[in-house]
Amino acid sequence: MNDQIRIPASGGCLDAPVLRERGQREVFCGLTGIIWLHRKMQDAFFLVVGSRTCAHLLQSAAGVMIFAQPRFGTAIMEEKDLAGLADAQEEIDREVARLLERRPDIRQLFLVGSCPSEVIKLDLSRAAERLTARHAPHVRVMSYSGSGIETTFTQGEDACLAAMVPTLPETDETQLLLVGALPDVVEDQFLRLFKELGIGPVRCLPARRSEDAPAIGPNTRMLLAQPFLGDTAHLLEGRGATHLAAPFPFGEEGTTAWLRAAADAFGVSDADFERVTRAPRDRARSAVTAVSETLRGKSVFFFPDSQLEIPLARFLARECGMTPIEVGTPYLHKGLVGPDLDLLPQGPVISEGQDVDLQLDRCKAARPDLTVCGLGLANPLEAEGLATKWAIELVFTPVHGYEQAGDLAGLFARPLRRRALLKGMSASPASGGVEPPSAASGAVRTGASFEAAS
Amino acid sequence: MKLTVWTYEGPPHVGAMRVATGMRGLHYVLHAPQGDTYADLLFTMIERRDRRPPVTYTTFQARDLGSDTADLFKTACRGAYERFKPQAMIVGASCTAELIQDDPGGLAESMELPVPVIALELPSYQRKESFGASETFFQLVRRLSGPCEPTATLTCNILGATALGFRHRDDVAEITKLLASLGIGVNVAAPLDATPEDLTRLAAAEFNVMLYPETAEQACLWLEKTHGQKFTRTVPLGVGATRDFIREIAEIVGRPLEADETALRLPWWTSSVDSTYLTGKRVFVFGDATHALAMARVAREEMGFEVVGLGAYNREFARPVRAAAKELGLTALITDDYLEVEAAIAELQPEMIMGTQMERHIGKRLGIPCAVISAPVHVQDFPARYSPVMGFEGANVLFDTLVHPLVMGLEEHLLHMFREDFEFHDEAGPSHHASHAPAAERRPQEAAEEGSTPSDAGLPENASGGEIVWLQDAEKELRKIPFFVRGKARRNTEAFASTQGLATISVETLYDAKAHYSR
Repeated sequence: MNDQIRIPASGGCLDAPVLRERGQREVFCGLTGIIWLHRKMQDAFFLVVGSRTCAHLLQSAAGVMIFAQPRFGTAIMEEKDLAGLADAQEEIDREVARLLERRPDIRQLFLVGSCPSEVIKLDLSRAAERLTARHAPHVRVMSYSGSGIETTFTQGEDACLAAMVPTLPETDETQLLLVGALPDVVEDQFLRLFKELGIGPVRCLPARRSEDAPAIGPNTRMLLAQPFLGDTAHLLEGRGATHLAAPFPFGEEGTTAWLRAAADAFGVSDADFERVTRAPRDRARSAVTAVSETLRGKSVFFFPDSQLEIPLARFLARECGMTPIEVGTPYLHKGLVGPDLDLLPQGPVISEGQDVDLQLDRCKAARPDLTVCGLGLANPLEAEGLATKWAIELVFTPVHGYEQAGDLAGLFARPLRRRALLKGMSASPASGGVEPPSAASGAVRTGASFEAAS
Repeated sequence: MKLTVWTYEGPPHVGAMRVATGMRGLHYVLHAPQGDTYADLLFTMIERRDRRPPVTYTTFQARDLGSDTADLFKTACRGAYERFKPQAMIVGASCTAELIQDDPGGLAESMELPVPVIALELPSYQRKESFGASETFFQLVRRLSGPCEPTATLTCNILGATALGFRHRDDVAEITKLLASLGIGVNVAAPLDATPEDLTRLAAAEFNVMLYPETAEQACLWLEKTHGQKFTRTVPLGVGATRDFIREIAEIVGRPLEADETALRLPWWTSSVDSTYLTGKRVFVFGDATHALAMARVAREEMGFEVVGLGAYNREFARPVRAAAKELGLTALITDDYLEVEAAIAELQPEMIMGTQMERHIGKRLGIPCAVISAPVHVQDFPARYSPVMGFEGANVLFDTLVHPLVMGLEEHLLHMFREDFEFHDEAGPSHHASHAPAAERRPQEAAEEGSTPSDAGLPENASGGEIVWLQDAEKELRKIPFFVRGKARRNTEAFASTQGLATISVETLYDAKAHYSR
């Protein structure tokens, strides 16, 4: 193999100091994961037990994409539910019965806990047990918490998959388990590659339909498709599965290293690996090269959002020639992103958690060429002259694997290409900034007016 | 507990955010867990605001519960003051913080910040967004507005516009222009674009314009009681309402007012012969009470439509909607359950819906065109162009808004006459508006799902419920009726058949029904 992945000469970021911050966080809660999970699992329904805020969050985050017949809903707690808990359990039973009657297609029902249901200690696992007994065998009812006091954005998927682990049957079969919700098209690509490599059987968690749910056991080797599945991986290990540590499959390099971890575990020869991956690797490389011209030499700043930040920074630094200034992540799980940290060239500040005002100060002072951030921050930063990429698109778009490597680079390149295309449009909207002149924002304003004048 | 899929209103603290984000120099410290910051994107994405909402979220986590959430609040509050140096602050709790009972108001008061701090009590498990906006604005007005010298010239305040409102930005501008043409200045327009300092001068105006009762009624009543300021009750939406609004102001200021109507085009546009085809179009009106009420009047008196359904999602203002519906011989639909609204629309089969973004989607599903006339709205309803719905220019905009989704007059005839024409065929929809081609949109999907000949596209699956069977010839004949009236024809024929005790519908039945209903 002439192109083994090399750890950067300067050393990676595995042992770099971590800036830990605690303050206002501009991130979604774990309920948001429902937006993709309900599409992935075609016979599942997600019933949030929460407040009007929860319902409003799902609606706002989902936008209008899935207005038609969503397989999720919120049982909104009202004043009388808060008065007595026995009441609340009965209310859940009633709403579930009504729902299942209306939607006979539902085979798995998730009761999803929220901030208010956690605070009043509403026991949803008890409700799930009771309801499973009542509605078996047609429907299995499970529960997890997607509350903001416990979970951040993509952690909701972790909590959901973790809730499924105890329900999975036992097997001694030697198999590969692919863990994490991937778009169907990407999952199919990976399954094809594994088949060509002679790795199998391969099962997926979550499965598209409940009857395809995988079994687990001591001869299960698991490959995580997403870097936010710590609890799920831990529980699967508890059931005997072995975790194959690898960088995550973003870009040509990440995908190759990820596939190789599976290939090594299943005794695939170098020659076979080379034969199967050569063509898609070349395709991925040339696609990335074409797109990354826009990105080369540019700096990038990551606000914490989806937990994909470290693998993506690794991809942008190594395959697209970008310079990460800060890589913020909601929480740092070195057991999962260690291999990516190892490959990320030293230099950027690695930050965990958030104090959004302080981080905005750092971002504005650094004036990166591209800022990856959530929807609440993007337009305000654009108005100050900073190009941004909304992080949520990275979660809702197929970005894993060889065939999507070019698209992934393209997502980052598009805001920069757009800026280059528009003429005389760089001025921010008519109104000026409202923030008081702190040292950092003062500097920004000077920068912005300089830009407008030039 | 109530199962909800889509909501018309957010929680009350989002209403408070609409007031705070609309204003300048005000900061909101919200005791809330991680995740509640999603609300920022409503403003930065949907309304394309260029700055973050002035809100600090305390972001407490599970591990903070029972220990130091109160300290967390105080730290956040102090930090927000230091960083943003607002003229005034509002403090409150989101739904989760309400449960842990930290008393943000009391905590903030104990900190003795050098600016007014107003505590908000917004019960999250009882009330909703409109209440939150109204209560927040009322508390601000009550706390900040004091007695002051009247302005030298005749002025009023324009009250009620907020961030994320339906066309609020342009409505305020249009009404300001209208008032100027009447020789009346604007002392303060609030909350949108006002500062807390501006609110201290409210009493200097002669009277108040209550532009959006949902947000401003409580404040207007208090200002009337406290500072003796009268306020207008008519919302100037539509030609008739705008004229009534001017008459109301004339009464308040005690002299006749003459408005310049030279830029008003709706009356001629709706009288011109091309508009004849609008006559009696069956429309379903739903939205917030203020917009629904006003639009029902516009629909009937200014467009010549027939209002076949009227409703609102905000129970607080249900009474006038019920009264207006009764006058039209209807029962008002007061609900915040969009499935109920969908059922009502499917049942009535109107030719057009005038509603919110929810109804736009309902219309899409049912193949019925929809004009958006009320919040909640999505990003496409915040147009770049000047686009008020109030005042005389607003009336012009409304005419366009209500005509645009429909098939044009002459085209209607062509569709009736040349059913097989390759260009004027049924599934093409209005020829000027490809996006309103419900039939075409639905067909491929239906065909794929059912693997059979597509049935009547654009009809709700349950439209031909009951035991009545359409004979093949009758079904074929029905297809010859253009899509925009086919739903009505199907419904009428089925109703007719059922009153006649018929189990099947033949071509004869179809035409019997047509004759029956055209009496």
